[in-house]
Amino acid sequence: MAYLPNTPHLRAEMLSALGVKSVEELIDRQVPGKLKFRGLLNLPAPLSEMELLDELEKDAACNQPAVEMLSFLGAGVYDHFVPSAVARLVSRSEFYTSYTAYQPEASQGMLQATYEYQSLICALTGMDVANASNYDGATSLAEAAVLCMSATGRRGIVLSGAVHPAYRKVVETYTSGLGSTIRTVPTPNGVTSPDTLGDLLGEACSGGDPPAAVVVQHPNYFGCLEDVSAVAAKAHDVGALCVVCVNPISLGILVPPGSCGADVVVGEGQPLGSPMNYGGPLLGIFACREEHVRRMPGRIIGATTDAHGRRAYCMTLQTREQHIRRERATSNICTNEALLSLAAAVYLSLMGKHGLRRMAELCIQKAHYAARRISELPGYKLAFDAPFFNEFTVETPVPAAKIVSELSQEGILPGRDLSLDFPGMDNGLLVCVTERRTKAQIDRLVDALSRYR
Amino acid sequence: MLQPGTEPTIAELSAEGRVGVLLPQCDVPEVPLEELMPAEQIRTDLPLPEVSEPDVVRHFTRLSQRNVGVDTHFYPLGSCTMKYNPKVNEEIASWRAFSGLHPYQPEEMVQGALRIVQSLERFLCEVGGMDAASLQPAAGALGEFTGLLIIRAYHADRGESQRNIVLVPDSSHGTNPATAARCGYQVVKVASDERGRVDLGDLERHLSGCVAALMMTNPNTLGVFEDQIQEVCELAHSHGVQVYCDGANMNAVLGICRPGDMGFDVMHFNLHKTFSTPHGGGGPGSGPVAVKSHLEPYLPVPRLRKQDGVLRWSYDFPKSIGRVHPFYGNFAVALRAYCYIRQLGPEGLRSIAEDAVLNANYLLKLLVDGGAGKGLELPYPAPCMHEFVLSAAEHKKATGVRTADIAKRLLDYGFHPPTVYFPIIVEEALMIEPTETESKETLDAFAQALLAILDEDPDVVKNSPHTAPVSRVDEVKAARELNLRW
Repeated sequence: MAYLPNTPHLRAEMLSALGVKSVEELIDRQVPGKLKFRGLLNLPAPLSEMELLDELEKDAACNQPAVEMLSFLGAGVYDHFVPSAVARLVSRSEFYTSYTAYQPEASQGMLQATYEYQSLICALTGMDVANASNYDGATSLAEAAVLCMSATGRRGIVLSGAVHPAYRKVVETYTSGLGSTIRTVPTPNGVTSPDTLGDLLGEACSGGDPPAAVVVQHPNYFGCLEDVSAVAAKAHDVGALCVVCVNPISLGILVPPGSCGADVVVGEGQPLGSPMNYGGPLLGIFACREEHVRRMPGRIIGATTDAHGRRAYCMTLQTREQHIRRERATSNICTNEALLSLAAAVYLSLMGKHGLRRMAELCIQKAHYAARRISELPGYKLAFDAPFFNEFTVETPVPAAKIVSELSQEGILPGRDLSLDFPGMDNGLLVCVTERRTKAQIDRLVDALSRYR
Repeated sequence: MLQPGTEPTIAELSAEGRVGVLLPQCDVPEVPLEELMPAEQIRTDLPLPEVSEPDVVRHFTRLSQRNVGVDTHFYPLGSCTMKYNPKVNEEIASWRAFSGLHPYQPEEMVQGALRIVQSLERFLCEVGGMDAASLQPAAGALGEFTGLLIIRAYHADRGESQRNIVLVPDSSHGTNPATAARCGYQVVKVASDERGRVDLGDLERHLSGCVAALMMTNPNTLGVFEDQIQEVCELAHSHGVQVYCDGANMNAVLGICRPGDMGFDVMHFNLHKTFSTPHGGGGPGSGPVAVKSHLEPYLPVPRLRKQDGVLRWSYDFPKSIGRVHPFYGNFAVALRAYCYIRQLGPEGLRSIAEDAVLNANYLLKLLVDGGAGKGLELPYPAPCMHEFVLSAAEHKKATGVRTADIAKRLLDYGFHPPTVYFPIIVEEALMIEPTETESKETLDAFAQALLAILDEDPDVVKNSPHTAPVSRVDEVKAARELNLRW
């Protein structure tokens, strides 16, 4: 049997030491006969390792991965270049076969790497403290909403209409047990207007439901840059906290939310060194101002010393967590996305100050080249005027669904059909251009799009 | 200068002008950033380190050498099921045909992945005795959350929203009450009896029309099989209460018995425990949820449906609780679990449970026999299932050596310590789960080491570890003098 070191002989020795004839005797002393499953589970017969590989090859052959196509799909998960060293380091089994550092002396490697990750995230976002990770950008955002509710004692969550629709859904589900009310700021021009926001906040307050949090995504789901400072100011005017949801790659160029009045910053860290993996696992970034550190969810690693005064690391502020505080914990999270946070730390260390900046510059330049060329095609225009990073929304001459379907047959993924997220937005296509797309590839997309008018 | 035996941080390895990655030239005309966005939105400072690739690689390689994993040490963390992680699964998960998929690709292009998702859902239902499943929850705690939301929706649908209490055994994992609180429930504890099982009398006293759910683990966190579980479920059901199974301990019962057959209505699995996916140093995990048919309408969306021979994601489930993940869950983790189940087959899964139970009982006997008279006690009598809890309270009284000290000293002997101080109902607890992927020789060596420690000079033990990369870490100072970033 695979992965079982004991042999019939060794089992016999152990059974003899236990004074029983079979393991079944031990089991039958504990599990009532009426509960025992008769026969074998209805599962496929076992496979040797060789046969397993053959079997999975068949499934693999039925997949056409975006990384091998001409892909302009973004919308929350991104196809970025990852230096080879990242995968090599993250596949060291001292890291990936370990678990949470309940015994810090046994886990200084992961602990220090996580401390470095926390520090790098703070540097990137301009915030004071970061946690060791949440599951993904959406649940991070949901946890931020919970933190804001706890910090202000209020229940209102105000979300920009340009926040990722799936993130909104997760926030709704996540906070449904806590009596939250969720309001949405309409974004007809693809961005959150501070005046519209101000009006909505005013209504909420005079209606007796002052908000705990105002949430904006930057760049937002349509790709547009938001005026984070103005949004934060409006939030603070009514005593609410400002939560900003970011794309970490864009922070190579964009002013960090910490300098714009953000109280909590969340985001999706998958672009920082991890593959797309069909949408999971992902990496939830979570960072906030120092004053909220005791409300933060999840693991936090702190630096300290050992008995000899040497620098050492351990989990800290554990009284926030479920294993200590149980029903009064700040969150129920236990296992998080540690290995992806390690990948992010390695990635950011390799990229560094100049690499991440350059990466972001390649993305923004290529995206703007693509946007210019597409908007020059008859029948196409950019849906919004707002500045953008590397994603932009195009109004297409025919339904985006048709374009996506037909171009897929030629190995091109032109982008996200926005009618899937916003029913009625039939001619909306969200196009993402990363540094992996060459000019020739972008020209090929433009060429293919030009067939529709 | 750093003290010997310390590793600098990556920031301390930084020097201006060092480059870790060289990127290609921009092949499209470059436009000044100021023309693309307002100047005040452009960052002027990016305080990331500048380190060369050789230095980054050496740094993280050295950090890995300061870390213990299943691949280097016996790691008997009770309740975590630290079993061996098959390398063929890592290989398959690295294939671009899986890792390179974007979640928004048209379904026609990802039928292989969707087939795997559908198959794993079916396998988990078969293993658990359930009718339908969702792989969306990204970890066990999120699986629990999903399960409780499903229960809440079920009660609301039947006009029974007054049910605002969740019952939780006093031995439960901390995620159970934390999750219940997060769902807006009041948490009430149910006592354990002297056999370590849920006290039926205490349970009966707490059941009422105000209770939404009872959360149980079976075997429970003491490694004890709740042999009255059918009666517990029937009792709960008679009060209209739904019963949730925390499936963290499924490793003990694979192919032997099934939560669905015991009477549970909903459960979660921990793929990173029972189904061999790596723990990753703290994730990623995966916590799929499985339900009986009366709860199926409430499962998270989207769910797979076959239309014209093609598997597609469907949102056409009006009673669904909604989303708990932005996409479909931790697919790459699910893929590994799928490969594991395909490799083991039904006989293999049963053998896993059998060896897990045998290993635990054998190790238990060694420690109980050898620990008699040394202050190591077994609060709940043998036999156990796949894990057991010992108490070192008497040893502490006699020598002043605590469970925490014993744990640290085990590191000097080359073993990762077991779980300590959990469950909270046992004083100076050591929770030990060897798993089936350990040999008799390893168990013998571990027992020898633990028993030897009980005879050692207390000062040596209290000041351990002596041979780890660092000596005893000052956790009190870490909380008092917060240093959470460089």
